[in-house]
Amino acid sequence: MSTHRVRVRVNGTALEREVPADRLLLDLLREDLALTGTKEGCGIGVCGLCSVLVDDEVVSACLLPVILVDGRSVVTIEGLADRPGGAALQDAFLVHGGFQCGICTPGQLISASALLAASPRANEAEVRDWMKGNLCRCTGYYGILRSIAAVQAGAAEGDGR
Amino acid sequence: MSFDYVVPGSLAEASDLLARGGPDAHALAGGTALVLMYKQGLLRPEKVVGLGRLAELRGVRRLEDGGLWLGAMTTLRAIETHPEVAAHSPALALAFASVATVRIRNQATLGGNLAHADPAQDPPPMLVALDATVEIARGLTRRTLPLGELFRDIFETALVPGELIVGIRLPPLAPRARATYLKFLPRTEDDYATVSVAVRLAVAEDGRCSDARVCLGSVGSTPVRARAVERALVGHALTDHAISDAAALVAQEIDPLGDARGSAAYKREMAAVCTRRAIATLRDA
Repeated sequence: MSTHRVRVRVNGTALEREVPADRLLLDLLREDLALTGTKEGCGIGVCGLCSVLVDDEVVSACLLPVILVDGRSVVTIEGLADRPGGAALQDAFLVHGGFQCGICTPGQLISASALLAASPRANEAEVRDWMKGNLCRCTGYYGILRSIAAVQAGAAEGDGR
Repeated sequence: MSFDYVVPGSLAEASDLLARGGPDAHALAGGTALVLMYKQGLLRPEKVVGLGRLAELRGVRRLEDGGLWLGAMTTLRAIETHPEVAAHSPALALAFASVATVRIRNQATLGGNLAHADPAQDPPPMLVALDATVEIARGLTRRTLPLGELFRDIFETALVPGELIVGIRLPPLAPRARATYLKFLPRTEDDYATVSVAVRLAVAEDGRCSDARVCLGSVGSTPVRARAVERALVGHALTDHAISDAAALVAQEIDPLGDARGSAAYKREMAAVCTRRAIATLRDA
């Protein structure tokens, strides 16, 4: 297996690592960097537990080799609060019941953050379509949708000032 | 299990590496298909050739004839959201937006999607219905194929080792033509289709259908052109009865395999239903 020197910014910190060609971003985060907020679920890009941002776009860390993030910027749940609107989104999940058992929550927050950055005024159908790739297996999606709507409503109030 | 990864700086070099590597060398674009198959033990590459530095494979461009060029290394999401794509035909954007989830579309590329040759994918039937041609390069040698001829069997294309998909070329949509993409998803919204139907129709001023393309996904080993349906539509007024009769002919064109998303018999029946609905939608649009 060839190894490669990769430079990547993780939650704002520049890193340089030598990685085997088949090292996945998920394993780099969890095992090498001890950023265990990003979870592994299905391992095939379906469940959304391992959602992270790469250059502000949401992707599955379980399907992404580290060699493809060379020179790019990664944000995980541990860095979300430093993103614009990240802390407000986390608060909304706590207040409106979006934070449930906790397994899917990091991925839900990362996806929701990417959604609100890409289309802050997404309607409910668009929110559902965007969030459909983040599965919850314990309580359901209403709290998550309420949390996102609450952030949108708060941001709308802010616009009026 | 072990492979070497290389990132060539030119298309000629990439072709050369892939040609010399033979069947155990694989191109890496977005990685969604390759990584999945690697993790599942379905691929054991000896060499993986990264295409990330080949800038000429990237982008979406309007062509002088009003058509569209889509670069192989463009992500599905970038195509889906590109204004020139919606301007060509909203159905084209819809077909790209129908793939899995936004997460996958941010990573997966057009070229990877086509080279993977999974008959359950969404873009191929739509692109075939829009008369796409695929540009293929091997070093400095180029050739083009009607996109339908790229697909040979499940996960099998007409590409030989060393050949890479450069991009897709679409002619402009004729003035009276419209297109639609219908994906039948009885389980979850992010699933592969049970049946999908892409239709392009032109209706003349007298109300008769003057041109038709019908291509289906998930009902055979490749995207399937339903030529009998097309023939039954052209020259006829699109009454409910005529649409229904034409759509029923789809059953003889397809050879579905039963899978987790429906038995062969169910897919055959739903292919006719979905074809009828897609054609009626276009007539009524």
